[in-house]
Amino acid sequence: MHVPDGFLDAPTSLATGVVAAAGVAVALRYARRELDDRTAPLAGLVATFVFATQMINFPVGPGTSGHLLGGALAAVLVGPATALLCMSVVFLVQCLLFADGGITALGTNIVLMGIVTVVVGWAVFRATQAVLPRKVSSVAPAAALAALLSVPVAALVFVGLYAVGGAVEIPLGGLTTAMLGVHTLIGLGEAAITFLAVGSIVAVRPDLVHGARRVLAERTLELKEVAR
Amino acid sequence: MIDTDTRSGRRVSTRVLVVAGIVVALLIAGVASFYASGDPDGLTKVADEKGIAAAEKDHRAADGPLAGYETTGVDDARLSGGLAGVAGSLVVLVVAGGLVLLVRRRRTADVG
Repeated sequence: MHVPDGFLDAPTSLATGVVAAAGVAVALRYARRELDDRTAPLAGLVATFVFATQMINFPVGPGTSGHLLGGALAAVLVGPATALLCMSVVFLVQCLLFADGGITALGTNIVLMGIVTVVVGWAVFRATQAVLPRKVSSVAPAAALAALLSVPVAALVFVGLYAVGGAVEIPLGGLTTAMLGVHTLIGLGEAAITFLAVGSIVAVRPDLVHGARRVLAERTLELKEVAR
Repeated sequence: MIDTDTRSGRRVSTRVLVVAGIVVALLIAGVASFYASGDPDGLTKVADEKGIAAAEKDHRAADGPLAGYETTGVDDARLSGGLAGVAGSLVVLVVAGGLVLLVRRRRTADVG
């Protein structure tokens, strides 16, 4: 979903740049609460994994492909603020070294594939966790649902930005339908990859997974009660 | 505080987990990426169909040595893409890893 230079006009690109910068500033402040000596190495791994996995385009229909965005995956593993920092580094490197995603569209790409997928992913994850049994085994399925929904929402936000500052005037109804359709399919791939990645880490080190913290804390409390 | 680590039967050290994860990421970027679909992604495809694509402007970093996930001067497609993927993964690891190490709470500094 990397937006190239020229799709959105200058004022819109400037505005998304300001929103992206503000988002990263907030993330820098709150990431400190999520990161300590134990979890920082996992955050480095998550950023690297997201970059690598974004190179794997999978087919989603005739002549069309999609790849992981990764915001929901990162938010569940390392926390939403740290996730946004990881995602922003990925987009910066892709833009400057690989010419993937426009330079004037860097803010737009951080907003769409970073802020939107992290915030939507984390919100859906927490809501799903509240409904599912409070077990460590619920973390990966909740992350998968969060991943699934985060992609079409990002596609919708792109349509919203295009409505404000799109370069070529086109009917928005058709754009919405096309973007939603293909990105719902990409969301299925996003859900599968997120389920596998989060499930693998939860299986070996649930204590490192940000999204498993509350469940583990409750379990620890219960164990203490039983011990008494 | 109870150390939650000790209750897991399949305890894997953080170091082993992170090193294994990085190896997996390097294999994905360096080897598996060759087999990825070459078709346009969702946004590119929709932009083509709806007539937005004509508005795309040239990327100012398009002449860089790794632009387009290819390594300049390496003719073999598999090697060219693989090298670019590995290089990108390592750059992301260093930049993101360095950033989170700077931002994190340190055990000693956290007391005050």
